[in-house]
Amino acid sequence: METKLRAILSDHELVRLYEQMALSREFEEACAEQYTKGHITGFLHLYSGQEAVAVGATAALHKDDYILSAYREHAQAIVRGAEPKRVMAELFGKATGLCKGKGGSMHLFSPDLNFMGGYAIVGGQLPIACGLAFSAKYRQEDRITACFFGDGAVNQGTFHESLNWARLWELPVLFVCENNFYGIGTEVHRSSALPTVHKRTCGYDIPSEKVDGMDVIAVFKAVKYAVEKVRETGRPQFLEAITYRFRGHSMADPAKYRSAAEHEIWKARDPLPNYARRLLAEGLATEQELEAIRQRCGAIVQEAVTFAEASPWPGEQAVWEDIYV
Amino acid sequence: MSEMTYRDALNLALREEMRRDPAMVVFGEDVALYEGSFKVTRGLLAEFGEERIKDTPISENTIIGMAVGAAMGGLRPVVELMTVNFALLAMDQLINHMAKIRSMFGGQTYLPMVVRMPGGGGSQLAAQHSQSLESYFMHCPGMRIAYPATPADAKGLLKSAIRDNNPVVFLEHELLYNSKGEVPDDPEFLAPFGRANVVRAGADVTIVAYARMTVLALQAAGELEKEGISCEVIDLRTLNPLDAETFIASARKTGRAVVVEECWRSAGLGGDLAHRIHEACFDSLLAPVKRVAGLDVPMPYSREIEKLCIPRVETIVSAVRDVLAASV
Ligand SMILES: Cc1ncc(C[n+]2csc(CCOP(=O)(O)OP(=O)(O)O)c2C)c(N)n1
Ligand SMILES: [Mg+2]
Repeated sequence: METKLRAILSDHELVRLYEQMALSREFEEACAEQYTKGHITGFLHLYSGQEAVAVGATAALHKDDYILSAYREHAQAIVRGAEPKRVMAELFGKATGLCKGKGGSMHLFSPDLNFMGGYAIVGGQLPIACGLAFSAKYRQEDRITACFFGDGAVNQGTFHESLNWARLWELPVLFVCENNFYGIGTEVHRSSALPTVHKRTCGYDIPSEKVDGMDVIAVFKAVKYAVEKVRETGRPQFLEAITYRFRGHSMADPAKYRSAAEHEIWKARDPLPNYARRLLAEGLATEQELEAIRQRCGAIVQEAVTFAEASPWPGEQAVWEDIYV
Repeated sequence: MSEMTYRDALNLALREEMRRDPAMVVFGEDVALYEGSFKVTRGLLAEFGEERIKDTPISENTIIGMAVGAAMGGLRPVVELMTVNFALLAMDQLINHMAKIRSMFGGQTYLPMVVRMPGGGGSQLAAQHSQSLESYFMHCPGMRIAYPATPADAKGLLKSAIRDNNPVVFLEHELLYNSKGEVPDDPEFLAPFGRANVVRAGADVTIVAYARMTVLALQAAGELEKEGISCEVIDLRTLNPLDAETFIASARKTGRAVVVEECWRSAGLGGDLAHRIHEACFDSLLAPVKRVAGLDVPMPYSREIEKLCIPRVETIVSAVRDVLAASV
């Protein structure tokens, strides 16, 4: 028997989770369109299908907590509070972008939101997350660091080095592995001797759980519990969120290595309609209200595209700026 | 002024800066309880306690990543890689992260951190422990690089490195740790980045060097003086920023230059320096610029052949003679 949603969060907060997932989805689908039109170039990795992880987790974190992620991070940044238009402008490579057009899709960063970056070297963000957690601990700040990474990152040296270090120095870090079963075209059982990622942490004495990453409420609850544990013990915790990306690894990937049947199974678990059904069933929103939310998100994203299109390119002088202090 | 070793000068710089800035922390393999494999961190644990000086696992890449995160979070980490050779395990965090973060995030953050790395050859430590990797770092924008030749610069440059808000790779030569020199006592004494020193004035040939190569260049200049050859020796002190102006002005004056580097010749930094001189001083040069560099071989262990692989006073002396002989 599932807990009633109202027992978990307020009506407003519950609807907001839907709104954030809808905004993320709209944003990513608009990115795909802008990529096809040639407005977004370079690498573009979309988050469609995985929204429940970013949205549920962010809702369970404090504003002061640091968040770091990999290169599939548009939604992470937007859900944290980054303005969609500045994220879109960054993807367009415009001067008004979140990082002035220097980072692009894979390197969003907003220190005022404690969003401490998207990193494109697989596993590269784990040591940096530990360093941020160490600084917070040293400065006696009441904040933890949440570090997101994919199933591909768990075979990097940095994963093992960071888990060991976080436990050894008792750093307040929450590690979240978004297991979408693929690192580009390689399925997890073809790259990991122990594909059940969360079991790996016993070697570092870090408590770990598995959670349904297609269910925003499950993610919220699991992260909230883990975050409380981190705050209470001052030690790291680990979560494996089981999820799926609906698109290829990047826009360049037609995802031929996955069967249509597999895709259909996961499509049926799409976090948006499933959560919408729960909201409706428990009388938290009407169909019209949810439709209005989707419309609103669509409008925000359209505005973002218009803003990005109208924005200026970085000037030539920008090439030499912001490298040294 | 006090006379002290390069090692003690570094130690003093660390202590003074730790006293000055409570946000400064030091960590690395065996730096605390064991006091560093070259004893540069001697006494720090006793003075500052285990909150501020910490031993780490043997995880070089994460040592750098930890420092990057700590710097981003408001600390001023000064970390030690046991030797520069192990920096190769940390190149991902050094090059892909530390050197990129400020730029790729649009200048929204900065990394006030120092990575100390003892290195260089000549101690018969064989191929894996004798490398000079300064060209590797110099090739990459986004970080500063200091490499002191004297105890005074060891102190002054390290203090400047610590106060700098850019990430700094701070190279230390293992064979210089016991070298002695006068060091200013003033805790506000800082050696500037990007300003080379004319450590010996001369008229006939410019010798451009850094770190231990400066020491050898000065000895070579002393020998050559006996033959009536007057050398001007330039110590670069920092490789990034690079003070090209000073050595270019000197080469223009003398009309001849020898560039000395400890690293391998192929694609080594000396090629870059020599090219800058050729380009800027073409019409005042009396001979092509000569390079003295490490031999392009993995360092052998045996003393008698190891010494052939590293620039020596004799190789610098003969390079200077060659340049003079080749002069128009
Ligand atoms: C160190 C490194 N090696 C290889 C790559 C190329 N690469 C980019 S993404 C990726 C797969 C990562 O998969 P995962 O961590 O599961 O993240 P996901 O794409 O599924 O979100 C690889 C191999 C890289 N960026 N960095
Ligand atoms: Mg994956």
